[in-house]
Amino acid sequence: MKKLQLINIRGGRILDETTDVQGRLADIHIAGGVITEIVDAGSKLPKADIDLDATNCFVSPGFVDLHVHFREPGREESETIETGSRAAALGGFTAVVAMPNTEPSQDSRIVVDFVRAQGVRAGLCEVLPSGCITVGRAGQALAPYSELRDAGVTLFTDDGNGVQDPLLMRRALEYARDLDITLAQHCEVSSLTVGAVMHEGSCCSHLGLPGWPAIAEELMVHRDIELVRLTGSRIHFLHLSTERSVEMVRRAKAEGLPITAEATPHHFTLTDEALRSFDPVFKVNPPLRTPSDIAALKEGLRDGTIDAIATDHAPHASHLKEQPLDQAPPGMLGLETALALSLTELKMDAQAVVAALSWKPARIAGVGDRHGRPVAVGESANLAIFDPTCEWVVDREAVASKSKNTPYHGRTVRGKVRHTVFSGQVVVRDGVAQR
Amino acid sequence: MKHLRSISELGVDGIVRILGLANHMAEVNRRPVPKVPALNGRTVVSLFFEDSTRTRISFETAAKRLSADTMTFSVSTSSVNKGESLKDTIETVSAMGVAAFIVRHKTSGIPWQLSEWTDASIINAGDGWHQHPTQALLDSFTIMSTLGRAPSSDCLQGLTIGIVGDIRHSRVARSDIQAFTALGAKVVLVAPRTLLPPEVEGWPVAISSSLDDVIGELDVLYMLRMQRERMSEALVPHLGEYSARYGLDDRRAKMLPEHALLMHPGPMNRGVEMLIDPASMPNNMITQQVANGVSVRMAVLFDVLGGAETGAGVVS
Repeated sequence: MKKLQLINIRGGRILDETTDVQGRLADIHIAGGVITEIVDAGSKLPKADIDLDATNCFVSPGFVDLHVHFREPGREESETIETGSRAAALGGFTAVVAMPNTEPSQDSRIVVDFVRAQGVRAGLCEVLPSGCITVGRAGQALAPYSELRDAGVTLFTDDGNGVQDPLLMRRALEYARDLDITLAQHCEVSSLTVGAVMHEGSCCSHLGLPGWPAIAEELMVHRDIELVRLTGSRIHFLHLSTERSVEMVRRAKAEGLPITAEATPHHFTLTDEALRSFDPVFKVNPPLRTPSDIAALKEGLRDGTIDAIATDHAPHASHLKEQPLDQAPPGMLGLETALALSLTELKMDAQAVVAALSWKPARIAGVGDRHGRPVAVGESANLAIFDPTCEWVVDREAVASKSKNTPYHGRTVRGKVRHTVFSGQVVVRDGVAQR
Repeated sequence: MKHLRSISELGVDGIVRILGLANHMAEVNRRPVPKVPALNGRTVVSLFFEDSTRTRISFETAAKRLSADTMTFSVSTSSVNKGESLKDTIETVSAMGVAAFIVRHKTSGIPWQLSEWTDASIINAGDGWHQHPTQALLDSFTIMSTLGRAPSSDCLQGLTIGIVGDIRHSRVARSDIQAFTALGAKVVLVAPRTLLPPEVEGWPVAISSSLDDVIGELDVLYMLRMQRERMSEALVPHLGEYSARYGLDDRRAKMLPEHALLMHPGPMNRGVEMLIDPASMPNNMITQQVANGVSVRMAVLFDVLGGAETGAGVVS
């Protein structure tokens, strides 16, 4: 571990759960990994090793991504924990939940420990391994939740697969309840999506591509809401994509059921029309849907039905994506563009955007003790410092991720991370990763 | 025109242009020696990732009659079987100096993906359930020429064309709908809901689930092939029930107006959608479709490869 730096952050506006939406102009001193002084802007601060200019920036708690694929172990040609962590840091994230669909999958202590250790080795953000709901994500037998919880796992999912069997899902929820862990569902009734490439609707009808109907997601959202009602266990819904899903979650939350949900930037910014190009970069699971679904996701984020913005960052090497649409794997990059797309597209104030990127997901991930904290004396220094008005053009050749499958290449967006401080270290400075 | 990937990209002007050229090519094909030097020295590769009899041979015949050099890429004997990717395959073959690829693939969109990876022209010979533009052009040409009409943007005006069968999985239907309606015809799709695309609202067609209801009003009866594997996907209960509702049997043959044309893109499933011998029908166009296919594909190759500047002897 490197020596903990003395850092001064000057000229920015603190924006956290306790400030108003304008934020509060202040200068910050960090020592030993902890915020030790906050003074009025321009006042004297102790001497520092690094002075970070935060003019025109918000200084907020670092972001927490509930949903990333770092492909290690098993698919290091597409991403590694190090390259993924670098993309995360550049996106302002100080913690990410690594999905378990690695090879081997994260259903045993040894794999989970490995993922966490690789995250520590990279030292760019905290990599939180998720665990599988079922062994090998095969939907047959429960994974060892207690063993994995003892290894620090708080979120369990078979992401990429939904748990199809209602009995198994019921048992999983019942068993999880005693352990104080959260199950996260990828909602997809797979018999309705065999061979599916894109959203089932007018566009797929025209293009002659097999459709992934909204009902395949909604049936499982509905089933799991009822199972939560039955068992009293918590559930988190991954990457909701349809209008009806949002409405069902809204009603369930109004009843007080312990449900949380996330939405991805690509689902609230892109539609199935993108597939008219036949470019597999736009193939993703669940698929890009329609303008009315986008409107519902945005409204869900605004009214809090959807708690978190998560990226579902899913790198795939070019040779995997450059295949026929039915063979190309689903997924797209997200970490480096999430903040900008959220600020540009959501018509929410920056504080509400940061809430969905930081403290709300931090609590769902069970790391609210060290991420998404107020920017205050005595708190761990996990910070994102971003300029909300900076315009830039997304360039797939410039991404830190090992893969280039961003669907936003060439798009002008607003809002850019200038610096990221993780665990008292400057890991991104002036938009450049420091390690 | 650089590529022929879909009827909608071709547009109505392009359709009319190809139909006009096809008239000239049909004249060439009536000559004692049906061969012209138009594409001399140009190399055309047929890249068929899916089985085909008539389309591949039709294209290769068309290319040879225009004096192009033709090569056939057969997936079963190629490096694709050693795991070579589609991108590497097309880049490798392109490097040998290819003017045009004629491509068939089981997945929609392949012609668009390939045209990102090669400078050669791409002619779509069928991509997934999406498009089969030369089929639509030869179908339009067949109707137009049989009725003695000249190529124009309204050469199918006043006609009602019924397309019957598995529209959902049919690239022929998607192409024909675009071409027939662009040329002024009314199109009726006849199929059970399970064999229609999931969302057809906004398509310029009428829809019926009953062949009996519409057959008496048709000027063209266009039967599609019903594939046997559709039953396992729970799209129809069994082939017998499909035949009973949508097959062309003696009773329906009598309901069809006498002047109406009978068409089918082949290959036919006798005993499924075709319960009579089509040769017994006075206006059976099925063989004529195949014959016209060569003229239309000559027209497409000539148009795509810029034969107008390099060749001679076609347009008299």
